[in-house]
Amino acid sequence: MKKAKHTNNNSLRRATRMWSPLFLGPVVIAFCIGFVWPFLQGIWLSLCQFKTISDAKFIGFGNYVKAFQDASFRHAFWYTALFAIVSLVIINVLAFAVAYVLTQGIKGSNLFRTVFFMPNLIGGIVLGYIWSMIFDGILSRWSTSILMDSKFGFWGLIILMCWQQIGYMMIIYIAGLQNVPGEMLEAARIDGATRWQTLFKVTIPNVMPSITICMFLSLTNGFKLFDQNLALTAGQPFTILPDGTTVKQTEMLALNIFNTFNTPSATSQGTAQAKAVIFFVLVAGLGLAQLAYTRKREVQQ
Amino acid sequence: MNNKKTMSPERRRKAILSVVLAVICIIYVLPVLAVVINSFKLNTYVKTDTFALPTGEMWAGFDNFIKGMTFGNYPFADSVKYSVIITVLSTALILLCTSMAAWYIARVNSFFCKVLYFLCVFSMVVPFQMVMYTLSKTADRLKLNTPWTIPIVYLGFGAGLAIFMFVGFVKSIPLEIEEAAAIDGCGPLRTYFSVVLPMLKPTMISVGILEIMWVWNDYLLPSLVLNITKYRTIPIHIQYLKGSYGTVDLGATMALILLSIIPVIVFYLTCQKHIIKGVAAGAVKG
Repeated sequence: MKKAKHTNNNSLRRATRMWSPLFLGPVVIAFCIGFVWPFLQGIWLSLCQFKTISDAKFIGFGNYVKAFQDASFRHAFWYTALFAIVSLVIINVLAFAVAYVLTQGIKGSNLFRTVFFMPNLIGGIVLGYIWSMIFDGILSRWSTSILMDSKFGFWGLIILMCWQQIGYMMIIYIAGLQNVPGEMLEAARIDGATRWQTLFKVTIPNVMPSITICMFLSLTNGFKLFDQNLALTAGQPFTILPDGTTVKQTEMLALNIFNTFNTPSATSQGTAQAKAVIFFVLVAGLGLAQLAYTRKREVQQ
Repeated sequence: MNNKKTMSPERRRKAILSVVLAVICIIYVLPVLAVVINSFKLNTYVKTDTFALPTGEMWAGFDNFIKGMTFGNYPFADSVKYSVIITVLSTALILLCTSMAAWYIARVNSFFCKVLYFLCVFSMVVPFQMVMYTLSKTADRLKLNTPWTIPIVYLGFGAGLAIFMFVGFVKSIPLEIEEAAAIDGCGPLRTYFSVVLPMLKPTMISVGILEIMWVWNDYLLPSLVLNITKYRTIPIHIQYLKGSYGTVDLGATMALILLSIIPVIVFYLTCQKHIIKGVAAGAVKG
């Protein structure tokens, strides 16, 4: 019986294989155009000096050296890292708090959930414009603007990201909180645990998987941020270092790479591509760390 | 007074939380309200009286909306049209092609399938900046720079997540159903379209929502791939308003922003359940 089933399954597979051009063809072709080829070419070009792809000349690791020597790139790295960590902490604390309150069975939970999630659907460029109008409306009372001070730009972007991301993280936390076994909460209550004890000793350990996912998500979101950064401040204000390089005070990594590609100089294209590879290694590293961590947890459970 | 006395501490606590959240909710929608208010305000007052209602001399009526239609030397209606075309075509193409490929990968599971699947998962952690330059050049050379061909680029760059989600779901479908169909004389094509596809519906909705939200709001990819002078999507149009005039007419910009977020909010309110479910599914897996 088992053997018959096996051969049947095999013949099904064989029949399906004949149709592979139809099932796989479109995706494989598009995937090569949209990902595989640009990715490989990107790695190759990071080792070249080029203005257009056809005049690429192999120069080894020179571009990487230039990328690390670039003060604006180093500034963008630290600025991005600081932004990612600060936004991670604020977004997750607030999102968890909101999700916790919304799972207590209070009136109007559904309406609140709807409202909090709503900003998530508005695109980054549009968000940037909305908030730059609001911040400038507030700051104009002190006759300044969000473009004048990098502190305004930093906290402005944090507020914007909170507005956009809290609802998103809240959804994941709500799903996690609903999975906390009711008997455990009940047992804690009977044993006379206070509300805070229950929260820290029962609820939080049970939603650890959600917390991990949200932390990684907000960290990678912070590192990859582009649209909001471009639309809100586009890197302003600028300072010019003694050696002539311009450092854009609120420019994050993705925007820095974009701007380097658009700099009209003989070597900037190669440097930009090298920066892009460094950026890729950084972001992919975070992604793989997340994967490894979730795997480890799953095994433990 | 009497009411307060009979209220248990637990109920009072919940009532207070409700009030606190209601206040936060109002604060949460204020930015959108600010857009509404300012889209009816004369440009000169947007910066100075951002939070005042557009009364008296500030009132611009629908002038901002009329001006916005041709604002930035580009008709707004065209950018709406192109945004819709690109979003609909890309989402349809991604759903059809990746679900077929995912079924094939999960069922045939040959060496090639494993490699392809690995590459798809890998592509999910690659940021767009990595392929930004080379992808735009490749797309340009292959003449994929129109709203009708850019869906191929979206299919290529967005295949990873969609395939990942579909493969996960197909693996949970029992093979017996497809075997029964095969015994009844269905070829692979018919098995896929009349047996597998209907079962994929919940995942289709989740993936579809994620792709719609991504493509509709995407700025960088279309701005690099499309021929900007001819084709602008809504995000591109709004971003280019800044550069096109010396001083930006903020009133008209807000009118356009309002017009561009109304469909998003309507879409959200009508498919809220699916959207929240889809986003949660994408986040947990991605």
